[in-house]
Parts: sequence; structure tokens; C-alpha cells
Amino acid sequence: MTTMPAGRRRPLRPARVVLHLFLGTVAVGWLFPILWAALTSLRSYEYTATHGYVSLGGWTLDNYVTAWRTAEFGKHFLNSVYITVPAVLLTLFLASCVAFVIARFSWKFNIALLGLFTAANLLPQQALLIPLFRMFTEIPLPAWMSDSELLYDSYWGLILVNVAFQCGFCVFVLSNYMKALPHELYEAAMVDGASVWRQYWQVTMPLCRPALAALATLEVTWIYNEFFWATVLMRTGDKFPVTSSLNNLRGEFFTDNNLVSAGSVLVAIPTLVIFFLLQKQFVRGLTLGASKG
Amino acid sequence: MSDLPLVQADRAVPPAAPTTVTGGRGRRLRLLSRTDRVVITLMVLVPLLLVVALVWLPAVATVLLSGTNWDGIGPLGEIDWVGWKNYDDVVNIYPPFVPAVQNNLLWLAALFVVATPFGMFLAVLLDKELRGSRFYQTALYLPVVLSLALIGFVWQLIYSRDQGLLNAVLGSQTDWYGDPHVNIWAVLVAAGWRHVGYIMLLYLAGLKGVDPSLREAAAVDGSSEASTFFRVVFPVMRPINIIVLVVTVIESLRAFDLVWVVNKGRNGLELLSALVTQNVVGEASRIGFGSALATIMLVVSLVFITVYLATVMREEKR
Repeated sequence: MTTMPAGRRRPLRPARVVLHLFLGTVAVGWLFPILWAALTSLRSYEYTATHGYVSLGGWTLDNYVTAWRTAEFGKHFLNSVYITVPAVLLTLFLASCVAFVIARFSWKFNIALLGLFTAANLLPQQALLIPLFRMFTEIPLPAWMSDSELLYDSYWGLILVNVAFQCGFCVFVLSNYMKALPHELYEAAMVDGASVWRQYWQVTMPLCRPALAALATLEVTWIYNEFFWATVLMRTGDKFPVTSSLNNLRGEFFTDNNLVSAGSVLVAIPTLVIFFLLQKQFVRGLTLGASKG
Repeated sequence: MSDLPLVQADRAVPPAAPTTVTGGRGRRLRLLSRTDRVVITLMVLVPLLLVVALVWLPAVATVLLSGTNWDGIGPLGEIDWVGWKNYDDVVNIYPPFVPAVQNNLLWLAALFVVATPFGMFLAVLLDKELRGSRFYQTALYLPVVLSLALIGFVWQLIYSRDQGLLNAVLGSQTDWYGDPHVNIWAVLVAAGWRHVGYIMLLYLAGLKGVDPSLREAAAVDGSSEASTFFRVVFPVMRPINIIVLVVTVIESLRAFDLVWVVNKGRNGLELLSALVTQNVVGEASRIGFGSALATIMLVVSLVFITVYLATVMREEKR
């Protein structure tokens, strides 16, 4: 680029203008599909059908009401909560346990253990579908846990599979984070006679709050967005979490793009809220995994 | 990360006796009590069992099943070993296989040649101290928080034949998601839209970690900004480059949600992941055959996962 590196000299004005123009255009272009969806969702189908979509007018909120009712979003959002909340908590808990042992003690299996977890997070899920699908249809659950009486088509199954796949990433990030904590902390705790569990729970975990917050934000988004497992490991339409219920929405709203857009906006809202409120956590979580934070 | 609370003064310990210190991290497992050892074992074993049972065991089973003719219904005792036959069938008598491989490669190429460099370019621009940089960044990585399934729907509003924006503006009648000649490109634009933001984010973090004195030294030597980037900054970001490469490969291999919501991965949108899924949950459950497809995916991904692990573990040793 033609501008000078920041901080060296006052940059040339015209070059800066070009840079802002370029970035502004790209940014608006990037926001456009989302804004377009929001715009379409606020217009009545009758109006856009007669005037075309490249027009203005026909403002209404009816699409949201109709979409919410037809696609039963209330129920599906609740399903997403049932799956996401336990899955995130369990992922963070189990991952922090492993990460703590990896960071706190060195033995010869540390590297292998870390590799085993991290790699599990990167395998293509579809490649594991066949045995997992069979396994889930063979494992019985008591009726009070799932009306399917199987791990297949139950929230439990989805929670477990999400935890198993997301653990790797969290183990990786948390073990790096924990290794950076000063080791003297443990010396002090040991002298106090603190057990390993207390060292983990009362010394390490409170210090990991920033990393845990970042990971929680990221994992909520990822598990809420998870589409594949819910699509293949669920059968009962009523039990689908919101992201995979999108696929049913396609059939129901087939002829009405305004309804599709209202549905899309509704599904996007939780992640957008997280994004705007916890942007820092979100970004930190993503980059913690790639660099050493 | 630097604002860790200090150890309370009254808890500070005099240097431990030489017998307990073996240097570096605590490696005094043998000094632990029995309870502690049980706790440690459980802390590792429970998550490990879960991951082995739900990830690694299925991975091994997939590879084994790919050599059998199991139909998924009969008892395990009736399974016959058929060797490479499933692979032979996949390559020779399964019409969607070749288009799927082509599409996966096209996916990789599009992300790697267009979306990744563009994301990197934007990161370089945004790395400057720039007024409004936050707004630009936010706009660019907003799509990253959306699921690819949702992205398929958001773009449908643009691509739909009768109600889409694109046809309205161009005055054309193309069914962007349905026409097998164009739909893969339409889907790739949507996938790239998300990928750019992700890559930008990774490089932005990578660029912040580059020692500024390197750039200053290059500038003093009269190196232009572009050549400084390619000859000094880019090589220094080697670990990030490898991670981005692996992320891109894995993403292209795992691509699934977007084509599944469009048309379940048929008619121009064949992908390996969709073919595997069709063979399991679809009308015909061909276990051995589907496993052969899955094993191909596994092998490719494991190569790159190994590269990834080698990179991050080496970083860690520093």
C-alpha cells in the first residue's frame, strides 16, 4: 500500500482517503447480505410481490409473527438452550481438568494426550458418522431421560457428541493458558497442604477466568450454530435445536422469501447479541487458539 | 493476560528444599498422596474416555468397516471382509464421486486462492492505526458468528430465482442455487464471505505479534512497505501461515452445512461429506461403501492435522 507505517510520519492525506474509501466499500459490501435480510424481513409479501424487491415500502412486522408461529421458534430456541448450556459447561469443566493435569504435571504422555484431544477437534465429523450413528441407535437410555429410549434422538446424545468434539479446542487453549501461570502458586498451595483438587479449583480456575470467559463465548456460539449432528442424530422434529430446524423452515416457507428472511434474522439474533456484547471475548477466544494469546 | 493477581504475601514460600525440586514444572507425581493420584487419574480419564469413545473409536471403526460388505442391519458375525472392493466401487461405479472430489478441490482452491489472501490483505490494511478501524473489523467478521446453515438462507434472498435480488438487478432468470453449472460458485461466494472475516481475524492477531523493530529496520533500509511485508513480516508469521493453511484445508474438507441446506448436496453441489451422509441417513444405507468415502476424508484430514500439531507443538516448546 502507499501509506506509510503508522507512527513514523504523518500519513499522506490522499492515500488515507483511498484507503478509507476501499475499506468502507468492502465493509458495507460485507454487511449488505445481513442488512438485506433484515430489510426484506420487514416488508410484506404482497408489497414486494407487486413492486419487486428493489423498491421501498410495505413495512410490517407480520413476517416475524408468522415465522415465529409457523416454525415454532419458541420451542426450538428452548431446545437449543437445553443442548447448548449443559454442553458448554461440561466442555469447559472436562477440558479444564485435562488442561490442568497437562499444565501442572509433566509426564511422558502429556504431548500425546494434548495431540489426541486437539486432533479430535479437527477431524471431519461426517467421516465418523457411520459408526457413531450405529452406536447411538444401540445404546439404550431409560425412558425418563429420553422418550426415544436411545441415545439416538435424545438431547443427551447431542450434548455428549458436542462435548467430545469441542473438548479438544478448549484443552489446547486452556493448557497453554495454564502453563503461563507462575509455578510458585502451586508451591505455595502445596506447602499449605492443598490437595490436587483444591489446587485446580481454588488456585488455577479463578486465574483462568479470562480464558474461560473467552472460550465460553466461543463455544456457546459454536454449539448453538452446530448443524450436522443435530440433523443426523435427531429424528423427532419437535426436538430439533434452532439451527437444524432451519431445514424444515425451508419447506414451510418455500414460496415466501420475506418469511425466510424473518426466520433467518430470528435465528441470527442470539449470536449477534453475543457478538456485540462480548465481541472482545469472542475475538480473543478465536485468536487464543491460533497464537499464544 | 498480564494482570494476574499476585500471590498473597503470607503465603509466599521460602525456596523449597532441593530434594523436592527437580526443576521447571512440578514433576513430583510420586510425592502425591493416593487421593491426589486418584483425582488426577479421574481428571484425565473421564474426558479421555468420552473423546476416545465418541471420536477415535468411530474413526478406527470407519476404517475397518470400509473393508467390509456390512449392510448395517445384519449381526456383526455376518460381516464379510471384501478388501479394497468398496474403494474400487467408489472410484469406478459411483457417479457422484468424481464431481464431489472436484467440488472439494474447487472449494479449497477458492478459499485458498481468493478468500484467504483477501482476508490477509484486509488484515494488513487494518493493522495500521486507522480511524474507524473497529467499524471495518466488526463488519468484516460479523459473518463469522453466523452458522453456515444460516448463511445458506441469508444468501437465498439474493440468489433465489423469482424473489432474489441478483436476478432483479441483472434482469436474468438464473436459478443460482439450482442450476448445476453455477450453484457451486454461488455457494462458494457465500462460504468465502464468511472465511475472509475469519482469516482476517487470525492474521490481525498474528500481525500484532510481529516485533515492530523488524519493520522499522526494513524501513530504514529503504524497503517499500509491500516488500517489507513479503520479505520480512510474512516469513516471521510462519506459524500463523501454517495454521491458516490447515484451517483452510480442514474447512474445505468439512464443508457440509451450506450445501446440505441448499439441496442436500446433489445436482452440482456434491461434496464428500454430503455423500457420506447420504449413504448413512439416506434411503440406501450402504455402510461399507459409505465408510470407504469417509476413510478417504479421514486420511486427507489426518495428514493436515499432523502438520498442524507439529507446528503448534513446536511453538509450544519455545
